[in-house]
Amino acid sequence: MEITRPAIAGTLESSDAQVTVEPGNGKIDFTLESSVINQYGNQIKKVIMDTLKNLEVDNVKITVIDKGALDCTIKARVEGAVYRSNVQTENIPWGGAVRS
Amino acid sequence: MNPNKKRLRRTMMFLNAQKPALIKDPYIYKPDSIMLDLEDAVAQNQKDVARFSLYHALQEIDYHGVERVVRINGLDTPYWQEDVRVCVAGGCDAIRIPKTESAEDVHRVEQAVIAAEKEFGREEGSTLLMAAIESARGVMRAMDVCESSERLFGIALSGGDYTKDMQTHITGTGIELMGARQNMLIAARAAGVQCFDTVYTNLDDMEGFRKDVESIHLMGFDGKSIVNPRQINIVHEIFTPTQKDIIFAEKVVKEIDEKSAQGIGVFTVDGKMIDIAFYDGAKRTISLAKASGVYKGEL
Repeated sequence: MEITRPAIAGTLESSDAQVTVEPGNGKIDFTLESSVINQYGNQIKKVIMDTLKNLEVDNVKITVIDKGALDCTIKARVEGAVYRSNVQTENIPWGGAVRS
Repeated sequence: MNPNKKRLRRTMMFLNAQKPALIKDPYIYKPDSIMLDLEDAVAQNQKDVARFSLYHALQEIDYHGVERVVRINGLDTPYWQEDVRVCVAGGCDAIRIPKTESAEDVHRVEQAVIAAEKEFGREEGSTLLMAAIESARGVMRAMDVCESSERLFGIALSGGDYTKDMQTHITGTGIELMGARQNMLIAARAAGVQCFDTVYTNLDDMEGFRKDVESIHLMGFDGKSIVNPRQINIVHEIFTPTQKDIIFAEKVVKEIDEKSAQGIGVFTVDGKMIDIAFYDGAKRTISLAKASGVYKGEL
């Protein structure tokens, strides 16, 4: 999927993550802010990269502010932001590109 | 028939499907069901992202046997069809249809569920339905709604919208809900489905809540929608048979089995006159005690 315009999903509430996607410069430009970055930074990054791969997104500037979110929440926020960027709200490929 | 159709549903706890802090571990409070809400709790501009949150919660969080019901958006909105797709794809146990006013409303959702079960490879019939009654018209057509689908396990009163439609408001006395509660219960019992009462939103009045639950329990409801974990124990306590009830029910069942084999129709148990009319009620008490995990007997 192409990131055609900036989009945000999620909040800064506890257990949530706020994900911002913007059109990239030919690669994945990744920024993470998290209070548990030392303990879980690598795991959070892996979840984000795997989710982007499932969505076939390889050209994006992505910023994640994590507030102690579970993996399932991080995936949901990345997907939410990417589909928002594409203004797609129906016929989502549940179980396909969007999967556990 | 889906084996979960008649399961124990004393409490159904509403949770905003868009709030990770709420949906990550509600099973610790041990409600019988959770109601993951895509409707009123989710703002219009968050409907799209709430579905991703719901999908992954259904797929990845272990709710430890708590039933996962999803309240979809109304059939008068552009959201409900995608809601049904994500519910079925995620593998929810049941879908709650809001603002139900006719059998046709249930049929529309049922058709969408059948299509989604095919699309996502779910077993046909695995997604149950329940209908929320929120208007005078819905109450008057409750019987049609109750008999509309084999998938429908029950109906629930939504008191806030219903009282608005009736041009009154929630008083805390229950008088404004009397007709709807009675009508819906009779329809549900006649159709053989379950019936659930509306939420009690004043969390500062736990005594009022207890009285409300006692009242709807005596009326014959199967359970109550709740909005806070603090309400769970009170409902379970009132809806679970006491040891005294269980012992009496056990005696009634055993005595009726024994006496009917001897050709005796009427007799006494603990000084009370008993006949076959008491049999189903006593069996129901035993079933409820078993489902609630408090029955230690052999029946």
